[in-house]
Amino acid sequence: MRAVVNKIIPFSAVDGPGNRTAVFLQGCNIDCKYCHNPETRGMCIHCGMCVEQCPVKALTMKDGKVSYNEEKCIHCDTCIHICNYDSSPKTMEMTPEEVFEKVKKQMPFIRGITVSGGECTLQPEFLEELFRLCKSVGLMTFIDTNGTNDFRKLDDLLGVTDGVMLDIKAYELEEHEVVTSASNELVLKNAEYLASIGKLYEVRTVVVPELFDAHDTVLKTTKLLKPYLAISDIGYKIIAYRPNGVRKQYAHYTVPNQEYLQGLEKIVREEGFEKVIIL
Amino acid sequence: MKDISMEKVNQVRNNMLETVKSPTLTHEQKVAAMANHADSLLNVLDLPEGLLELMEDTADGKCICDLNEGHAPLRPRYIVPDYEKFMREGSKFLQLDAPTDLQEALSYLLIFYKHVPSVTNYPVYLGQLDHLLEPFMKDVKEEDAKKLLRLFLIQIDRTVLDSFAHANIGPEATVAGRLLLEVEAELKQAVPNLTMKYEEGVTPDDFALQAIHTALKSAKPSFANHKMFESEHKTPYVIASCYNGLAYAGGAYTLSRLILGNIAKRAKDIKDFKENQLPYVMDIMARYMDERIKFMVEESGFFENNFLAKEGFIHRDRFTGMFGMVGLADCVNILLEKEGIKGRFGHDENANDLGVEIMELIKNFNDNHMNPYCEVSEGHFLMHAQVGISEDIDVTPGTRIPIGEEPEELIDHLMVCNRYHQYFPSGTGDIFPIDSTVNRNPDFILDIIKGAFRNKLRYLSFYEKDSDVIRISGYLVKRSEMNKLESGENVLQDTTALGLGAVKTGHVLERKVR
Repeated sequence: MRAVVNKIIPFSAVDGPGNRTAVFLQGCNIDCKYCHNPETRGMCIHCGMCVEQCPVKALTMKDGKVSYNEEKCIHCDTCIHICNYDSSPKTMEMTPEEVFEKVKKQMPFIRGITVSGGECTLQPEFLEELFRLCKSVGLMTFIDTNGTNDFRKLDDLLGVTDGVMLDIKAYELEEHEVVTSASNELVLKNAEYLASIGKLYEVRTVVVPELFDAHDTVLKTTKLLKPYLAISDIGYKIIAYRPNGVRKQYAHYTVPNQEYLQGLEKIVREEGFEKVIIL
Repeated sequence: MKDISMEKVNQVRNNMLETVKSPTLTHEQKVAAMANHADSLLNVLDLPEGLLELMEDTADGKCICDLNEGHAPLRPRYIVPDYEKFMREGSKFLQLDAPTDLQEALSYLLIFYKHVPSVTNYPVYLGQLDHLLEPFMKDVKEEDAKKLLRLFLIQIDRTVLDSFAHANIGPEATVAGRLLLEVEAELKQAVPNLTMKYEEGVTPDDFALQAIHTALKSAKPSFANHKMFESEHKTPYVIASCYNGLAYAGGAYTLSRLILGNIAKRAKDIKDFKENQLPYVMDIMARYMDERIKFMVEESGFFENNFLAKEGFIHRDRFTGMFGMVGLADCVNILLEKEGIKGRFGHDENANDLGVEIMELIKNFNDNHMNPYCEVSEGHFLMHAQVGISEDIDVTPGTRIPIGEEPEELIDHLMVCNRYHQYFPSGTGDIFPIDSTVNRNPDFILDIIKGAFRNKLRYLSFYEKDSDVIRISGYLVKRSEMNKLESGENVLQDTTALGLGAVKTGHVLERKVR
């Protein structure tokens, strides 16, 4: 069993509680306009376009496939910027065991791992196996997801998952479709389900004033989840849209100001949430 | 006492006049400098043959450095008084009874500090403040206690003019410890330096997290691996000065350092370094330290006449010598280059292995060198990774990876530190500026501390990358004060000038942010 891994960040301070190794799987099933790492969305089709453009010749074609030489790479990201398929030539096909080996290197400095993407739940068996390995050495396991896959059907995976960080990109269906070109019917069901079993660690909303009514989303989301605060202390992360890394055609949105974000924070706190973070 | 030349006398006189006229030194700094000039006219030690050649060379050739301790040591370099005894009994010499409440305790401590000498003329150890003050906390309202602690810490910052002055807290949580952290996070001062003795399972997470919060704001406390220090010292230990692990109610007579990069320059190859050059220099430095200690113990009269010794606040047999070294990275890189072998300290396994081999040689030498007055450390000196001084050019502190060459990933950096921290019971440490996002997840740092200490790292410091107070090498300085000094204004604390030197020559502001 293999998954395409975009990258592994050994120490991450921003992917869940404490110090964690963050694993980013390649491939996503929705299309958020503000996606900050669009190079994780698609699979490489080995067209070779990036090979020609690489300024240090870290990329070559071998047997019809793009080959990446990490030692030569200067991390200028030219390959990522020119890719027409929202992909990256630096991805690696790895087994759960291979990823686990890379994670283990950080022990005992980390308390766990977080798998993100792309959308990592598109490969639930891989996740389950990786988490099983991590659990065997006492590491906490977290999923970072867009919530478009039905968690009620992923009991085995949830059995080895300590927490889920779930994006609520917009509460109203029409707005969610504007932001992501996808429905959020399952997202909201997942939010409630995960909260009801005490595994919803955090929900997050990226605030883009032009795209949807963040006030409405934050208010409705907190009202939806409020009954479950008694089960576990659900966090709410309010993230300001930033143009860094966003695809050119979507890099023109307004960055919300602090005052607006603090207004959102106030709503969340008033509904009884204690862990609220503005990023 | 031996004669010195008129040429030397005149040189010192010129230096004295320069000090008198200095536009940037404060009065206290001038007085201290004048004393050092006077001391340089003395000549009382029997110096080992070959020492001067190794010590008085230019910066790029000098192999031994005695860190300006002076020619006739009139007091030990670092003194660690038994403040608990003072709290229990007061002091005859200072005409003070034991304090009976928090106000008296704080006031008496400030008086005591004034009378603790050191190489800097300021105390390098201010006590385990949480333990000292905790007995008085129950009789005072929290807000009143906080106000008193605030005034106490402000007075230290403005009168103990040197950020080597080091206080300790932990490993247990106390009311006093929590309040001290709270006040320091608000004051953001350079003095005192502060260490939290940390032990997983003993130090509660919320106390450690409060310390991390304070550290991100004010570059302190640093975190000491309590279990490790405790297992190595046969008496209770403290962290003093930069990060020096020393015996309680004792201290260190002297600290000299091997400048390993320059010793490597003398060597033909690795074999010559290991078999001839390093042993030659170590032998001379150890004998020089023996000589300094002998004078201090047998002739200076310090241990017979100073009230600290007379009243039992310090014990002569709890002092040791600190066998210091700097520039392991420089040394390894120079030797590999001489051999034409590829490899860089901090990055390549062969380079890191060579570093360990060199450390083993130094340890082995030290384990076999005996000094009759170092009873507290079984007759040996304690090894110390010295952090550098402002005059150092191209000298990497201790066993650190040079600034600008840090591994891309923090995990790789820590795994290098992991190989060297064990060698230094009298102190070593690594410093990490941290990105401001960590403010929202201080557990990130706590996890690193826990992992590091499980892995036998000894001592870690963190500060937020944009903090005004920053850790230079082991001591703390405010960027705003360095800016003042650079524009020619007087500044209060001695360490600001040291910091400015280190920023200019040591690239301290360019450390990799984690």
